Amino acid sequence: MQPLKRFAPLAAFLLLVVLLVRGLSLDPTELPSARLGDSLPDFELPILGDSVSRQATDWHGEPALINVWATWCFSCRIEHPYLLELAEKGVIIYGLNYKDDPEKALVWLDDLGNPYAETVVDEDGAFGLDLGVYGAPETYVIDASGVVKHRHVGVVNEQVWKEQLAPYFEAAQLIGGSD
Amino acid sequence: MIRLLLSLMIVWSSPSLAVIETYEFSSPDLELRYKALSQELRCPKCQNQNIADSNAPISRDLRAIVHEQLEAGATDEEIVNFLVDRYGEFVRYRPGMDSNTLWLWSAPVILFVMAIAVVLLQIRKDRDGQTVSSNAARASKLRAKFDGDQL
Repeated sequence: MQPLKRFAPLAAFLLLVVLLVRGLSLDPTELPSARLGDSLPDFELPILGDSVSRQATDWHGEPALINVWATWCFSCRIEHPYLLELAEKGVIIYGLNYKDDPEKALVWLDDLGNPYAETVVDEDGAFGLDLGVYGAPETYVIDASGVVKHRHVGVVNEQVWKEQLAPYFEAAQLIGGSD
Repeated sequence: MIRLLLSLMIVWSSPSLAVIETYEFSSPDLELRYKALSQELRCPKCQNQNIADSNAPISRDLRAIVHEQLEAGATDEEIVNFLVDRYGEFVRYRPGMDSNTLWLWSAPVILFVMAIAVVLLQIRKDRDGQTVSSNAARASKLRAKFDGDQL
């Protein structure tokens, strides 16, 4: 009993160390989407610079990224070149122009290039709210049947693509694992 | 004078309650419910603020939703569920019990039971006379020493 008692503080200390070290590697801002595993919420939104509109089912068929962006969003400018790279690789990216001025959005795509297969305009953020968007940029992965598989909040770069997003596309064997 | 100062201090000490925009409500009851709800709902963007205190755009949107739905006759539960569907249990400062929050809810009970157990064990130990006898031994030793010095 006596030696056991002597080591109790050490054991408690080690337990604390394990918990705290684990705490260091956790990201408290990470917030999985409430829509994971659900179909994309219904929407009917106009395509940017066009009079046609799109519905959720129009985006079925192949896995794709949905990128939430706006011209007021500074980080969107940072991730833009990488989105162009991904589009060039053949990744389908749908744009959700979120609470933005469509005129400015068109200028932005003219100036910086357009990585999006198509961009829909969510001017009042109503679809964004249904999807659980709380800022820009956010990027969602949907599978071929329009089910939300993943959400990344913040800039998409090579590391994020490789670690979090690419696996969903490799699983569908659209994009080789070597990329 | 002191009373005036005190009341001023109270007024000045709560700037975080400042409302960013004001809504018109059709009844005072709705306004009360709006206040309660917006204090209880958490801003997904700025994670340590409720939507009443936060001036993030998303909080403004959520406040607008709460106002709109209150006026449309939704119950508090319906409004909270509407937001939980979209933003997860995270938006509630008092999340429901699920596998993620099980420890959160049960920890106080477990710790309380543990504390009671420790206290009970200690009391039983004391009643067994260990502490009493050692105190008595120490007292008689001291008394002997004291008496000895005096003599």
